Amino acid sequence: MKARVTVMLKDGVLDPQGEAVRLALTGLGFDGVRGVRQGKVIEVDLATEDRAAAEAEISRMCETLLANTVIESWQVELP
Amino acid sequence: MKAAVLVFPGSNCDRDLAVALRGAGADVEMVWHKETALPEGVDLVAVPGGFSWGDYLRCGAIAARAPVVPALRRHVERGGYALGVCNGFQVLIEAGLLPGALMRNAGIRFVCRTVALKVTTAHSRFTAGYRTGQSLSVPVAHHDGNYFADAETLRRLHAEDRVAFTYGEPVNGSVDDIAGILSANRRVLGMMPHPERAADPALGLTDGAALFRGLVEDAVPA
Repeated sequence: MKARVTVMLKDGVLDPQGEAVRLALTGLGFDGVRGVRQGKVIEVDLATEDRAAAEAEISRMCETLLANTVIESWQVELP
Repeated sequence: MKAAVLVFPGSNCDRDLAVALRGAGADVEMVWHKETALPEGVDLVAVPGGFSWGDYLRCGAIAARAPVVPALRRHVERGGYALGVCNGFQVLIEAGLLPGALMRNAGIRFVCRTVALKVTTAHSRFTAGYRTGQSLSVPVAHHDGNYFADAETLRRLHAEDRVAFTYGEPVNGSVDDIAGILSANRRVLGMMPHPERAADPALGLTDGAALFRGLVEDAVPA
């Protein structure tokens, strides 16, 4: 089962990369951009086909390695 | 004093750190990240700068979960000394041995230059060779040195006099210009600037030498 983890900087944490992307978009003439936040997507291919087990396992992965919970939040999508 | 310098794939300041520690009189052993124990009788564990695991995922994140880290954690919990420089600071933070986070520099760019560094407290073995308020010239070389901590952590760091160094000029957007912090027992120091690159007259800078001297000569065994 493939889990898709999205890691984003928490609201209120400055995102210099997102800000650089926003400025570049504005420079290209995209006037309607109010903000850009950049995060990362991590796909984890799990051996289990049990949704509950997958969710529990991936949550532990996020808390211990995939996200730095001091500054980042995470979300998991399962098929 | 006996020191261990940890080496990860991608470490590149490990030998510089060993040279600076030996220059101050320490007996230094290099310890590969796959070891699960530190050499007998180690007083100081030094975590070097570099780009462990290519900075993949987050700087220091994978190194902080390496096999040697539980031994480092036990050493710190026992009251042993630990010094993390640059990527080493990122590793100590990712391992939860120091609070906060180190984020991408506010100006996005990699910053590589000698900066003015202020000694914020002389009250630690690392900084006892300086005067509080003294200004040093020490190089920085990092992309992710923008120190962040929540308001409560910051309040505690200041109240407990645990900010060891602050930048004397804008460098990376760190909150309160924080460049280095101490653990609650003042025996763990993490800092982004490189004192080992300023520890020998041949390098043109010597302001970092007192950090190693103080540590090696006056360290109190755990």
